Amino acid sequence: MTPTSESKVRVRPGERAIARLACLAVQPLLTRVVRRVAAQHPSLFARLGPHQTTDFLIDPVELPFALHLRPDPQALVFRAVPRDTAPQAGATIRGRFLLLLELIDAEQDGDAAFFSRDLEVSGDTEAVVRLRNALDDMDGSLAEETSAMFGTPGRAVLARLRRAYTDATKPREYA
Amino acid sequence: MSLAELICPAGTPAALRTAVDAGADAVYCGFQDATNARNFPGLNFTPDELAEAVAYAHARGTKVLLALNTYPPAGKVDLWRQAADTGARLGVDAFIVADMGVADYIARTYPGIRLHLSVQAAASSPEAIRYYCENFGVKRVVLPRILTIPEIRQIRREIPCEIETFIFGNHGLMVEGRCSLTNYLTGQSTNMDGVCSPASDVEYVRDADGSMSSQLAGFTIDRFGPEEKAGYPTICKGRYAAPHRPEGYYAFEEPVSLNLSRLLPDLIEAGVHAFKIEGRQRSKSYVRGVVRAFRAAVDDIKAGREANIADLIALTEGQKQTQGAFETKKWR
Ligand code: SF4
Repeated sequence: MTPTSESKVRVRPGERAIARLACLAVQPLLTRVVRRVAAQHPSLFARLGPHQTTDFLIDPVELPFALHLRPDPQALVFRAVPRDTAPQAGATIRGRFLLLLELIDAEQDGDAAFFSRDLEVSGDTEAVVRLRNALDDMDGSLAEETSAMFGTPGRAVLARLRRAYTDATKPREYA
Repeated sequence: MSLAELICPAGTPAALRTAVDAGADAVYCGFQDATNARNFPGLNFTPDELAEAVAYAHARGTKVLLALNTYPPAGKVDLWRQAADTGARLGVDAFIVADMGVADYIARTYPGIRLHLSVQAAASSPEAIRYYCENFGVKRVVLPRILTIPEIRQIRREIPCEIETFIFGNHGLMVEGRCSLTNYLTGQSTNMDGVCSPASDVEYVRDADGSMSSQLAGFTIDRFGPEEKAGYPTICKGRYAAPHRPEGYYAFEEPVSLNLSRLLPDLIEAGVHAFKIEGRQRSKSYVRGVVRAFRAAVDDIKAGREANIADLIALTEGQKQTQGAFETKKWR
Protein backbone atom coordinates (compact mmCIF):
# COMPACT_ATOMS: atom_id res chain seq x y z
CA MET A 1 0.00 0.00 0.00
CA THR A 2 1.41 3.37 -0.95
CA PRO A 3 1.59 6.33 1.45
CA THR A 4 -0.82 9.22 0.90
CA SER A 5 0.06 12.75 -0.03
CA GLU A 6 -0.19 13.38 3.74
CA SER A 7 3.27 11.85 3.90
CA LYS A 8 4.57 14.97 2.21
CA VAL A 9 3.55 16.93 5.32
CA ARG A 10 6.76 17.48 7.25
CA VAL A 11 6.76 15.63 10.55
CA ARG A 12 9.41 16.29 13.16
CA PRO A 13 11.28 13.20 14.41
CA GLY A 14 9.90 13.62 17.97
CA GLU A 15 6.35 13.82 16.69
CA ARG A 16 6.88 10.76 14.58
CA ALA A 17 8.02 8.75 17.58
CA ILE A 18 5.00 9.90 19.62
CA ALA A 19 2.65 9.01 16.77
CA ARG A 20 4.08 5.50 16.52
CA LEU A 21 3.84 4.93 20.26
CA ALA A 22 0.27 6.25 20.33
CA CYS A 23 -0.69 3.93 17.48
CA LEU A 24 0.71 0.94 19.34
CA ALA A 25 -1.08 1.93 22.51
CA VAL A 26 -4.47 2.44 20.94
CA GLN A 27 -4.52 -0.51 18.52
CA PRO A 28 -5.86 -3.19 20.92
CA LEU A 29 -8.81 -0.93 21.70
CA LEU A 30 -9.55 -0.31 18.03
CA THR A 31 -9.48 -4.01 17.28
CA ARG A 32 -11.96 -4.74 20.07
CA VAL A 33 -14.25 -1.89 19.03
CA VAL A 34 -14.42 -2.81 15.37
CA ARG A 35 -15.02 -6.52 16.09
CA ARG A 36 -17.79 -5.62 18.50
CA VAL A 37 -19.47 -3.26 16.04
CA ALA A 38 -19.26 -5.82 13.24
CA ALA A 39 -20.78 -8.52 15.45
CA GLN A 40 -23.58 -6.36 16.80
CA HIS A 41 -24.53 -4.45 13.67
CA PRO A 42 -24.18 -6.84 10.70
CA SER A 43 -26.71 -4.88 8.60
CA LEU A 44 -24.14 -2.08 8.42
CA PHE A 45 -22.23 -3.94 5.72
CA ALA A 46 -25.19 -4.16 3.34
CA ARG A 47 -25.49 -0.36 3.31
CA LEU A 48 -21.81 -0.07 2.38
CA GLY A 49 -22.44 -2.05 -0.81
CA PRO A 50 -19.40 -1.97 -3.11
CA HIS A 51 -17.50 0.23 -0.64
CA GLN A 52 -16.86 -2.59 1.81
CA THR A 53 -13.42 -2.76 0.25
CA THR A 54 -12.75 0.96 0.10
CA ASP A 55 -9.93 2.29 2.26
CA PHE A 56 -11.21 5.14 4.44
CA LEU A 57 -8.84 7.46 6.23
CA ILE A 58 -10.46 9.01 9.27
CA ASP A 59 -8.36 11.91 10.41
CA PRO A 60 -9.06 13.29 13.88
CA VAL A 61 -7.13 16.52 13.55
CA GLU A 62 -6.01 16.91 17.15
CA LEU A 63 -4.80 13.33 17.63
CA PRO A 64 -1.22 12.33 16.76
CA PHE A 65 -2.42 9.66 14.33
CA ALA A 66 -5.13 8.91 11.77
CA LEU A 67 -7.38 5.85 11.51
CA HIS A 68 -7.45 3.51 8.56
CA LEU A 69 -10.75 1.68 8.06
CA ARG A 70 -11.53 -0.95 5.47
CA PRO A 71 -14.99 -2.23 6.38
CA ASP A 72 -14.67 -5.56 4.60
CA PRO A 73 -16.61 -8.14 6.63
CA GLN A 74 -14.23 -10.86 5.37
CA ALA A 75 -11.11 -8.97 6.44
CA LEU A 76 -11.92 -6.02 8.67
CA VAL A 77 -9.23 -3.40 9.05
CA PHE A 78 -9.37 -0.63 11.65
CA ARG A 79 -5.96 0.58 12.70
CA ALA A 80 -4.19 3.64 13.92
CA VAL A 81 -1.58 4.92 11.49
CA PRO A 82 0.93 7.77 11.72
CA ARG A 83 -0.11 10.39 9.19
CA ASP A 84 3.16 10.20 7.30
CA THR A 85 2.69 6.50 6.56
CA ALA A 86 -1.08 6.50 6.10
CA PRO A 87 -2.28 4.41 3.16
CA GLN A 88 -3.61 5.80 -0.09
CA ALA A 89 -7.24 6.35 0.87
CA GLY A 90 -10.29 6.05 -1.36
CA ALA A 91 -11.99 8.59 0.88
CA THR A 92 -10.84 10.82 3.71
CA ILE A 93 -12.94 12.25 6.53
CA ARG A 94 -11.33 14.93 8.67
CA GLY A 95 -12.53 16.70 11.81
CA ARG A 96 -12.10 16.96 15.56
CA PHE A 97 -12.04 13.59 17.30
CA LEU A 98 -15.12 14.08 19.43
CA LEU A 99 -17.06 15.52 16.51
CA LEU A 100 -16.31 12.34 14.55
CA LEU A 101 -17.40 10.25 17.52
CA GLU A 102 -20.57 12.29 17.93
CA LEU A 103 -21.37 11.88 14.25
CA ILE A 104 -21.16 8.12 14.64
CA ASP A 105 -23.36 8.31 17.72
CA ALA A 106 -25.93 10.59 16.04
CA GLU A 107 -25.27 13.33 18.55
CA GLN A 108 -24.41 15.62 15.65
CA ASP A 109 -25.59 15.86 12.07
CA GLY A 110 -23.02 15.22 9.35
CA ASP A 111 -24.49 17.67 6.85
CA ALA A 112 -24.57 20.41 9.50
CA ALA A 113 -20.91 19.71 10.37
CA PHE A 114 -20.12 19.88 6.66
CA PHE A 115 -22.03 23.17 6.21
CA SER A 116 -20.16 24.69 9.18
CA ARG A 117 -16.86 23.42 7.72
CA ASP A 118 -16.05 21.49 10.90
CA LEU A 119 -16.08 18.32 8.83
CA GLU A 120 -14.06 17.86 5.66
CA VAL A 121 -14.41 15.07 3.18
CA SER A 122 -12.34 14.29 0.13
CA GLY A 123 -11.92 11.44 -2.32
CA ASP A 124 -14.84 9.20 -3.22
CA THR A 125 -17.95 11.04 -2.03
CA GLU A 126 -20.20 8.04 -2.62
CA ALA A 127 -18.06 5.97 -0.26
CA VAL A 128 -18.38 8.64 2.43
CA VAL A 129 -22.16 8.88 1.95
CA ARG A 130 -22.52 5.10 2.21
CA LEU A 131 -20.39 4.93 5.34
CA ARG A 132 -22.34 7.79 6.89
CA ASN A 133 -25.69 6.14 6.15
CA ALA A 134 -24.49 2.75 7.38
CA LEU A 135 -23.25 4.18 10.67
CA ASP A 136 -26.34 6.32 11.12
CA ASP A 137 -28.52 3.22 10.96
CA MET A 138 -26.74 1.82 14.04
CA ASP A 139 -28.67 2.01 17.29
CA GLY A 140 -26.90 2.76 20.54
CA SER A 141 -23.79 4.77 21.26
CA LEU A 142 -20.37 3.62 20.15
CA ALA A 143 -18.76 6.05 22.60
CA GLU A 144 -20.81 4.72 25.51
CA GLU A 145 -20.28 1.08 24.53
CA THR A 146 -16.55 1.59 24.16
CA SER A 147 -16.12 3.47 27.42
CA ALA A 148 -18.25 0.86 29.20
CA MET A 149 -15.75 -1.79 28.09
CA PHE A 150 -13.34 -0.12 30.52
CA GLY A 151 -15.75 0.34 33.40
CA THR A 152 -15.68 3.46 35.55
CA PRO A 153 -12.28 4.75 34.33
CA GLY A 154 -13.51 4.44 30.73
CA ARG A 155 -16.65 6.43 31.44
CA ALA A 156 -14.63 9.08 33.27
CA VAL A 157 -12.32 9.52 30.26
CA LEU A 158 -15.33 9.90 27.94
CA ALA A 159 -16.97 12.46 30.21
CA ARG A 160 -13.74 14.43 30.32
CA LEU A 161 -13.36 14.33 26.56
CA ARG A 162 -16.94 15.55 26.14
CA ARG A 163 -16.37 18.43 28.55
CA ALA A 164 -13.22 19.45 26.70
CA TYR A 165 -15.02 19.31 23.37
CA THR A 166 -18.06 21.22 24.62
CA ASP A 167 -15.80 23.97 25.97
CA ALA A 168 -13.87 24.16 22.72
CA THR A 169 -17.01 24.46 20.59
CA LYS A 170 -19.26 26.50 22.88
CA PRO A 171 -19.86 29.51 20.63
CA ARG A 172 -21.16 27.25 17.87
CA GLU A 173 -23.40 25.08 19.99
CA TYR A 174 -27.00 24.81 19.07
CA ALA A 175 -30.20 23.75 20.80
CA MET B 1 -58.44 24.07 13.51
CA SER B 2 -56.70 21.73 11.07
CA LEU B 3 -55.12 18.49 12.24
CA ALA B 4 -51.63 20.00 11.92
CA GLU B 5 -50.04 16.58 11.45
CA LEU B 6 -46.27 16.43 11.50
CA ILE B 7 -44.88 14.47 8.54
CA CYS B 8 -41.27 13.48 9.20
CA PRO B 9 -38.43 12.07 7.10
CA ALA B 10 -36.68 8.72 7.54
CA GLY B 11 -33.80 7.51 5.38
CA THR B 12 -33.04 4.46 7.52
CA PRO B 13 -34.94 2.23 9.95
CA ALA B 14 -33.07 3.84 12.85
CA ALA B 15 -34.11 7.30 11.62
CA LEU B 16 -37.71 6.11 11.38
CA ARG B 17 -37.67 4.92 14.98
CA THR B 18 -36.08 8.22 15.98
CA ALA B 19 -38.82 10.20 14.21
CA VAL B 20 -41.57 8.10 15.77
CA ASP B 21 -40.07 8.49 19.24
CA ALA B 22 -39.61 12.23 18.73
CA GLY B 23 -43.32 12.70 18.09
CA ALA B 24 -43.97 12.30 14.35
CA ASP B 25 -47.62 11.81 13.38
CA ALA B 26 -46.46 10.18 10.16
CA VAL B 27 -43.09 9.19 8.72
CA TYR B 28 -42.33 9.08 5.02
CA CYS B 29 -39.71 6.81 3.50
CA GLY B 30 -38.78 4.96 0.32
CA PHE B 31 -37.23 1.82 -1.10
CA GLN B 32 -33.61 1.40 -2.19
CA ASP B 33 -34.24 2.18 -5.85
CA ALA B 34 -35.34 4.81 -8.37
CA THR B 35 -38.96 4.82 -7.21
CA ASN B 36 -38.31 7.69 -4.81
CA ALA B 37 -36.59 11.05 -5.00
CA ARG B 38 -33.91 10.30 -2.40
CA ASN B 39 -32.30 7.37 -4.18
CA PHE B 40 -28.96 7.93 -2.43
CA PRO B 41 -26.25 5.31 -1.83
CA GLY B 42 -26.72 3.40 1.40
CA LEU B 43 -30.03 5.10 2.15
CA ASN B 44 -33.62 3.81 2.34
CA PHE B 45 -35.40 0.58 3.14
CA THR B 46 -35.46 -3.01 2.00
CA PRO B 47 -38.95 -4.59 2.03
CA ASP B 48 -38.06 -6.49 5.22
CA GLU B 49 -36.89 -3.29 6.89
CA LEU B 50 -40.07 -1.53 5.85
CA ALA B 51 -42.18 -4.36 7.31
CA GLU B 52 -40.45 -3.91 10.67
CA ALA B 53 -40.71 -0.14 10.41
CA VAL B 54 -44.46 -0.28 9.74
CA ALA B 55 -44.92 -2.54 12.76
CA TYR B 56 -42.85 -0.21 14.95
CA ALA B 57 -44.70 2.90 13.80
CA HIS B 58 -48.20 1.42 13.95
CA ALA B 59 -47.60 0.06 17.44
CA ARG B 60 -47.04 3.68 18.50
CA GLY B 61 -49.89 5.22 16.56
CA THR B 62 -47.69 6.70 13.81
CA LYS B 63 -48.51 6.36 10.12
CA VAL B 64 -46.04 5.33 7.42
CA LEU B 65 -46.21 7.02 4.02
CA LEU B 66 -44.33 5.41 1.14
CA ALA B 67 -42.73 7.80 -1.33
CA LEU B 68 -43.14 6.57 -4.92
CA ASN B 69 -42.60 10.09 -6.12
CA THR B 70 -40.44 9.76 -9.19
CA TYR B 71 -41.50 9.38 -12.81
CA PRO B 72 -41.08 6.01 -14.56
CA PRO B 73 -39.38 6.34 -17.93
CA ALA B 74 -41.84 5.58 -20.73
CA GLY B 75 -42.78 1.91 -20.79
CA LYS B 76 -40.78 1.04 -17.66
CA VAL B 77 -43.44 1.11 -15.00
CA ASP B 78 -42.85 -2.35 -13.53
CA LEU B 79 -40.49 -1.18 -10.77
CA TRP B 80 -43.07 1.39 -9.57
CA ARG B 81 -45.94 -1.11 -9.71
CA GLN B 82 -43.91 -3.69 -7.78
CA ALA B 83 -43.03 -1.07 -5.17
CA ALA B 84 -46.71 -0.19 -4.82
CA ASP B 85 -47.62 -3.88 -4.50
CA THR B 86 -44.96 -4.35 -1.80
CA GLY B 87 -46.05 -1.24 0.06
CA ALA B 88 -49.69 -2.34 0.00
CA ARG B 89 -48.75 -5.81 1.24
CA LEU B 90 -46.74 -4.31 4.10
CA GLY B 91 -49.61 -2.10 5.18
CA VAL B 92 -48.36 1.43 4.48
CA ASP B 93 -50.96 4.11 5.23
CA ALA B 94 -50.53 6.14 2.05
CA PHE B 95 -48.53 6.41 -1.15
CA ILE B 96 -46.93 9.70 -2.13
CA VAL B 97 -46.99 9.83 -5.93
CA ALA B 98 -46.14 12.28 -8.70
CA ASP B 99 -46.71 10.34 -11.92
CA MET B 100 -50.25 9.95 -13.26
CA GLY B 101 -49.61 6.39 -14.44
CA VAL B 102 -48.44 5.37 -10.97
CA ALA B 103 -51.40 7.18 -9.41
CA ASP B 104 -53.78 5.43 -11.79
CA TYR B 105 -52.32 1.99 -11.04
CA ILE B 106 -52.64 2.49 -7.28
CA ALA B 107 -56.10 4.04 -7.51
CA ARG B 108 -57.38 1.04 -9.46
CA THR B 109 -55.46 -1.70 -7.65
CA TYR B 110 -55.57 -0.45 -4.08
CA PRO B 111 -58.58 1.84 -3.81
CA GLY B 112 -58.54 1.51 -0.02
CA ILE B 113 -55.11 3.10 0.40
CA ARG B 114 -54.75 6.86 0.47
CA LEU B 115 -52.96 8.68 -2.33
CA HIS B 116 -51.01 11.84 -1.57
CA LEU B 117 -49.85 13.99 -4.46
CA SER B 118 -46.12 14.65 -4.18
CA VAL B 119 -44.61 18.09 -4.44
CA GLN B 120 -42.86 16.59 -7.47
CA ALA B 121 -46.17 16.78 -9.36
CA ALA B 122 -45.92 20.58 -9.08
CA ALA B 123 -49.69 20.99 -8.78
CA SER B 124 -50.10 24.58 -7.65
CA SER B 125 -53.48 25.66 -9.02
CA PRO B 126 -56.95 24.58 -7.87
CA GLU B 127 -57.64 23.27 -11.38
CA ALA B 128 -54.56 21.03 -11.40
CA ILE B 129 -55.22 19.73 -7.90
CA ARG B 130 -58.89 19.05 -8.61
CA TYR B 131 -57.86 17.06 -11.69
CA TYR B 132 -55.82 14.66 -9.52
CA CYS B 133 -58.59 14.43 -6.94
CA GLU B 134 -61.30 13.70 -9.51
CA ASN B 135 -59.34 11.21 -11.60
CA PHE B 136 -57.24 9.36 -9.02
CA GLY B 137 -58.99 10.03 -5.72
CA VAL B 138 -56.05 11.98 -4.29
CA LYS B 139 -56.71 12.77 -0.63
CA ARG B 140 -53.89 15.23 0.01
CA VAL B 141 -51.71 17.54 -2.06
CA VAL B 142 -48.19 18.55 -1.06
CA LEU B 143 -47.95 22.09 -2.35
CA PRO B 144 -44.91 23.39 -4.24
CA ARG B 145 -42.90 25.94 -2.29
CA ILE B 146 -43.91 28.86 -4.47
CA LEU B 147 -47.14 30.00 -2.83
CA THR B 148 -47.84 32.70 -0.27
CA ILE B 149 -50.08 32.01 2.71
CA PRO B 150 -53.01 34.02 1.25
CA GLU B 151 -52.69 31.94 -1.93
CA ILE B 152 -52.73 28.72 0.09
CA ARG B 153 -55.82 29.91 1.96
CA GLN B 154 -57.55 30.60 -1.34
CA ILE B 155 -56.58 27.23 -2.85
CA ARG B 156 -57.86 25.48 0.28
CA ARG B 157 -61.33 26.91 -0.40
CA GLU B 158 -61.34 25.61 -3.96
CA ILE B 159 -60.14 22.02 -3.61
CA PRO B 160 -61.73 18.91 -2.14
CA CYS B 161 -58.57 17.48 -0.52
CA GLU B 162 -56.19 18.14 2.35
CA ILE B 163 -53.13 20.37 2.02
CA GLU B 164 -49.60 19.57 3.16
CA THR B 165 -46.82 22.15 3.07
CA PHE B 166 -43.11 21.92 3.73
CA ILE B 167 -42.04 23.73 6.89
CA PHE B 168 -38.36 22.95 7.19
CA GLY B 169 -35.40 21.78 5.16
CA ASN B 170 -33.75 21.83 1.80
CA HIS B 171 -35.16 24.42 -0.54
CA GLY B 172 -34.64 23.85 -4.26
CA LEU B 173 -36.83 26.14 -6.26
CA MET B 174 -36.74 25.04 -9.85
CA VAL B 175 -40.22 23.99 -10.97
CA GLU B 176 -40.52 20.98 -8.69
CA GLY B 177 -40.43 17.66 -10.47
CA ARG B 178 -39.22 19.33 -13.66
CA CYS B 179 -35.61 20.27 -12.88
CA SER B 180 -33.14 18.81 -15.37
CA LEU B 181 -29.97 20.56 -14.21
CA THR B 182 -28.41 17.41 -12.76
CA ASN B 183 -29.40 15.43 -15.82
CA TYR B 184 -27.63 17.96 -18.00
CA LEU B 185 -24.30 17.48 -16.22
CA THR B 186 -24.36 13.88 -15.04
CA GLY B 187 -26.78 12.04 -17.34
CA GLN B 188 -28.80 10.94 -14.30
CA SER B 189 -32.28 12.33 -13.85
CA THR B 190 -33.48 13.74 -10.54
CA ASN B 191 -37.05 12.99 -11.55
CA MET B 192 -36.62 9.51 -13.03
CA ASP B 193 -33.52 8.13 -11.26
CA GLY B 194 -34.41 9.85 -8.01
CA VAL B 195 -31.15 11.61 -7.34
CA CYS B 196 -29.99 15.18 -7.67
CA SER B 197 -26.20 15.55 -7.72
CA PRO B 198 -25.41 11.83 -7.37
CA ALA B 199 -22.64 11.30 -4.85
CA SER B 200 -20.62 9.34 -7.40
CA ASP B 201 -20.33 12.54 -9.45
CA VAL B 202 -19.51 14.85 -6.54
CA GLU B 203 -16.01 15.73 -5.45
CA TYR B 204 -14.76 18.14 -2.81
CA VAL B 205 -11.33 19.55 -3.43
CA ARG B 206 -9.38 21.27 -0.68
CA ASP B 207 -7.16 24.05 -1.89
CA ALA B 208 -3.86 25.00 -0.28
CA ASP B 209 -5.35 28.12 1.36
CA GLY B 210 -8.05 26.10 3.11
CA SER B 211 -10.74 26.90 0.55
CA MET B 212 -12.92 24.09 -0.72
CA SER B 213 -14.32 23.58 -4.19
CA SER B 214 -17.47 21.52 -4.82
CA GLN B 215 -17.39 19.80 -8.15
CA LEU B 216 -20.15 17.95 -9.98
CA ALA B 217 -19.17 15.76 -12.92
CA GLY B 218 -15.90 17.66 -13.13
CA PHE B 219 -17.46 21.14 -13.14
CA THR B 220 -16.71 23.44 -10.24
CA ILE B 221 -20.07 24.69 -8.99
CA ASP B 222 -18.90 26.59 -5.92
CA ARG B 223 -15.78 27.51 -4.01
CA PHE B 224 -15.99 28.31 -0.32
CA GLY B 225 -13.35 30.40 1.45
CA PRO B 226 -11.63 28.88 4.50
CA GLU B 227 -14.18 30.30 6.97
CA GLU B 228 -17.20 30.41 4.69
CA LYS B 229 -20.25 28.23 5.41
CA ALA B 230 -20.89 25.59 2.77
CA GLY B 231 -24.00 24.23 1.04
CA TYR B 232 -25.07 21.17 -0.90
CA PRO B 233 -23.32 20.48 -4.21
CA THR B 234 -26.46 21.13 -6.26
CA ILE B 235 -26.37 23.17 -9.43
CA CYS B 236 -29.23 25.40 -8.29
CA LYS B 237 -27.10 26.51 -5.33
CA GLY B 238 -23.93 27.00 -7.39
CA ARG B 239 -22.00 30.25 -7.66
CA TYR B 240 -21.24 31.26 -11.21
CA ALA B 241 -19.30 33.94 -13.01
CA ALA B 242 -21.38 35.78 -15.61
CA PRO B 243 -20.44 38.67 -17.88
CA HIS B 244 -22.30 41.12 -15.62
CA ARG B 245 -21.01 39.50 -12.40
CA PRO B 246 -17.47 38.30 -13.17
CA GLU B 247 -16.75 37.90 -9.45
CA GLY B 248 -19.28 35.03 -9.34
CA TYR B 249 -22.72 34.99 -7.74
CA TYR B 250 -25.59 32.71 -6.83
CA ALA B 251 -27.37 32.85 -10.16
CA PHE B 252 -30.37 30.73 -9.11
CA GLU B 253 -30.44 30.76 -5.32
CA GLU B 254 -28.19 30.75 -2.28
CA PRO B 255 -27.45 27.80 -0.03
CA VAL B 256 -30.31 28.29 2.41
CA SER B 257 -32.96 26.17 4.13
CA LEU B 258 -36.65 26.76 4.53
CA ASN B 259 -37.78 27.36 8.11
CA LEU B 260 -41.44 28.26 8.61
CA SER B 261 -41.52 27.82 12.36
CA ARG B 262 -42.69 31.40 12.85
CA LEU B 263 -45.44 31.05 10.28
CA LEU B 264 -46.94 27.90 11.80
CA PRO B 265 -49.96 29.65 13.39
CA ASP B 266 -50.76 31.38 10.08
CA LEU B 267 -50.45 28.15 8.13
CA ILE B 268 -52.74 26.33 10.55
CA GLU B 269 -55.22 29.16 10.33
CA ALA B 270 -55.03 29.01 6.51
CA GLY B 271 -56.23 25.39 6.69
CA VAL B 272 -53.01 23.45 6.13
CA HIS B 273 -53.59 19.90 7.40
CA ALA B 274 -50.06 18.61 7.55
CA PHE B 275 -46.52 19.94 7.83
CA LYS B 276 -43.66 18.23 6.11
CA ILE B 277 -40.07 18.23 7.31
CA GLU B 278 -37.60 17.64 4.48
CA GLY B 279 -34.48 15.53 4.98
CA ARG B 280 -34.56 11.78 4.36
CA GLN B 281 -30.86 12.11 3.51
CA ARG B 282 -30.09 13.64 6.91
CA SER B 283 -28.96 11.93 10.11
CA LYS B 284 -30.88 10.70 13.15
CA SER B 285 -29.49 13.71 14.96
CA TYR B 286 -31.21 16.07 12.52
CA VAL B 287 -34.44 14.06 12.63
CA ARG B 288 -34.47 14.06 16.42
CA GLY B 289 -33.70 17.78 16.72
CA VAL B 290 -36.10 19.05 14.08
CA VAL B 291 -39.01 16.72 14.88
CA ARG B 292 -38.81 17.49 18.61
CA ALA B 293 -38.71 21.22 17.94
CA PHE B 294 -41.75 21.18 15.64
CA ARG B 295 -43.64 18.69 17.82
CA ALA B 296 -43.33 21.09 20.75
CA ALA B 297 -44.26 24.08 18.59
CA VAL B 298 -47.36 22.45 17.09
CA ASP B 299 -48.49 21.19 20.49
CA ASP B 300 -48.08 24.69 21.95
CA ILE B 301 -50.15 26.24 19.19
CA LYS B 302 -52.87 23.59 19.45
CA ALA B 303 -53.06 24.23 23.19
CA GLY B 304 -53.40 27.96 22.60
CA ARG B 305 -49.94 28.78 23.92
CA GLU B 306 -47.33 30.85 22.17
CA ALA B 307 -44.96 28.48 20.42
CA ASN B 308 -41.47 28.45 21.81
CA ILE B 309 -39.41 27.38 18.84
CA ALA B 310 -35.93 25.99 19.25
CA ASP B 311 -33.13 27.51 17.25
CA LEU B 312 -32.45 25.22 14.30
CA ILE B 313 -30.03 27.45 12.41
CA ALA B 314 -27.10 25.06 12.87
CA LEU B 315 -29.00 22.39 10.94
CA THR B 316 -29.75 24.64 7.96
CA GLU B 317 -27.87 24.65 4.67
CA GLY B 318 -25.18 27.30 4.63
CA GLN B 319 -26.41 28.09 8.16
CA LYS B 320 -28.99 30.38 6.62
CA GLN B 321 -32.76 30.14 6.69
CA THR B 322 -35.63 31.71 4.81
CA GLN B 323 -39.42 31.79 4.79
CA GLY B 324 -39.16 31.87 1.00
CA ALA B 325 -42.28 32.46 -1.04
CA PHE B 326 -44.51 31.67 1.94
CA GLU B 327 -43.66 35.11 3.31
CA THR B 328 -43.45 37.11 0.10
CA LYS B 329 -43.60 36.55 -3.62
CA LYS B 330 -40.61 38.84 -3.95
CA TRP B 331 -38.29 36.13 -2.67
CA ARG B 332 -35.89 35.34 -5.52
S1 SF4 C 1 -30.60 21.21 -8.93
FE1 SF4 C 1 -31.70 22.12 -7.20
S2 SF4 C 1 -33.78 22.47 -7.94
FE2 SF4 C 1 -32.79 21.03 -9.34
S3 SF4 C 1 -33.39 19.02 -8.52
FE3 SF4 C 1 -31.41 19.56 -7.64
S4 SF4 C 1 -31.93 20.51 -5.66
FE4 SF4 C 1 -33.78 20.49 -6.91
